[in-house]
Amino acid sequence: MRYVCLVYFDPKTVFGRGDEARAILDHESGAYDKELSASGHMVAAEALRLPDQAMTVRVRDGKMSATDGPFMETKEVLGGFILIEARDLNEAVRIAAGIPLAKLGAIEVRPVVDFSQPRPQL
Amino acid sequence: MIPRRQRTGAGALGALEAAYRTEARRVLATLVRLLGGFEPAEEALHDAFAAAAETWPRDGVPANPYGWLVSAGRFKAIDRWRRQARLAGALPELAALAETPQEPVMPEHIKDDELRLIFTCCHPALAPDARIALTLREVGGLTTEEIARAYLAPTPTVAQRILRAKARIRDEAIPYEVPAPAELPARLESVLQVVYLIFNEGYAATAGPGLMRDDLCAEAIRLGALVADLLGDPEALGLLALMLLHQARRAARVDAAGDLVLLEDQDRSLWDRDRIAEAQGLIERALGARRIGPYVLQAAIAAVHVEAPSAGETDWPQIVELYDVLRRVAPSPVVTLNRAAAIGMRDGPQAGLAAIEAALGDGGLDAYHLAHAARADMQRRLGLTEPARVSYRRALELARQPAERRFLEARLAQLGAEERAAED
Repeated sequence: MRYVCLVYFDPKTVFGRGDEARAILDHESGAYDKELSASGHMVAAEALRLPDQAMTVRVRDGKMSATDGPFMETKEVLGGFILIEARDLNEAVRIAAGIPLAKLGAIEVRPVVDFSQPRPQL
Repeated sequence: MIPRRQRTGAGALGALEAAYRTEARRVLATLVRLLGGFEPAEEALHDAFAAAAETWPRDGVPANPYGWLVSAGRFKAIDRWRRQARLAGALPELAALAETPQEPVMPEHIKDDELRLIFTCCHPALAPDARIALTLREVGGLTTEEIARAYLAPTPTVAQRILRAKARIRDEAIPYEVPAPAELPARLESVLQVVYLIFNEGYAATAGPGLMRDDLCAEAIRLGALVADLLGDPEALGLLALMLLHQARRAARVDAAGDLVLLEDQDRSLWDRDRIAEAQGLIERALGARRIGPYVLQAAIAAVHVEAPSAGETDWPQIVELYDVLRRVAPSPVVTLNRAAAIGMRDGPQAGLAAIEAALGDGGLDAYHLAHAARADMQRRLGLTEPARVSYRRALELARQPAERRFLEARLAQLGAEERAAED
């Protein structure tokens, strides 16, 4: 099954600790990505620019509106994702716990939809 | 003899799938011992199969897939430690760990490792729910999602149970070992209980999504057979026989409409004779032992039932005797109730009703719907229509399962019909 590990962190924590700390983090993150590729778990991974570089698009009544960035109440922002192939949720959680940014922020592990299964009834 | 390099190419991929099915749990069991924990062992297991997927199609399938996978997993784990140590700048310490001489991987280790895994997953220090989830995942090889579907529980809840159980094993340093002989009976009891709970969850649920639940019964029987095979303990044999006897009657237990069919009304030609014969052999072996426990006795009772050519020819005196022994070995209100119902069959409803009233009087059965249903049944057979109706209604108030509720409702309706027929 596929799971996406959504990496959330407070940019101040990650980028406010000096160049050396950030370089170590980059190195560790790169090494973990390589490890996941070697073990066959990796599907895709990307780091995201901060939300101040983003735009949010909505279409209502056929009209498009675009606003600057998501402005969220929380300090933690979505900073990247790793799409993995794992046996089950427990394996996905174990892999997510190894992501170096888990030590600074939080990783949300979301199963990717299997369309052969019933859809949510809300 | 199998040649060392057997197959290459596509045949190797088939061999890999077969190895995953038959060897993955054993390889995990050994890796937990070699690497000292579940998490490194699971990583190593994954890495070993990834390596096999790369190597086997090219170089052929090794003669001993288990040994190959254990060695590959161990090698990959050391590799991983080296890389992590380099990152953490702790190379010298971990290098020493990696240099520990490799024990030869012997087939005779497999049995002990499998037992270690089962006993650890069923350790009494873990919560009962956690034991079940952990056993199904680590010994049974089910995924978290499959366990959640089988127990109609949210997947994150099951994932959490497994995580907590593993954290507990790690934090409390629960040893990865087969218990010493002195401890064995108590620890085995916990293992057998987990296996029987898994079976019952699959067996009692006649409603709800069917498929996974059948899988639970099959998995419980597989686990039970594994424990019986590895330990040869009479209670393990008894539990396996008991599950086989239940499973043998499965096809006759529910009718086309999904309603429960009582043992006395079941079509005995639908029973699985091979399973029954297997169970009978196991019971004979178990009864040869000096110690007789509750699972063997329950299996023996179930065997007396299935050995009767028809319900009317059931050997009730023998069943009452077996319940007498069971009541001494493992007394419980439910055993007393079942014995009372058997007395009703042996000596007639008057004696049965008295025995059931006595069992209810002992306490502990008031909230058990089957106690009230059994009393109602005796009252009905004695023509005590009004008391029978009160008892059936009480049973219906307490029953939860849809199939059981439909059965009790049908009995209540039948009671009304008999009364009207009598008045006419």
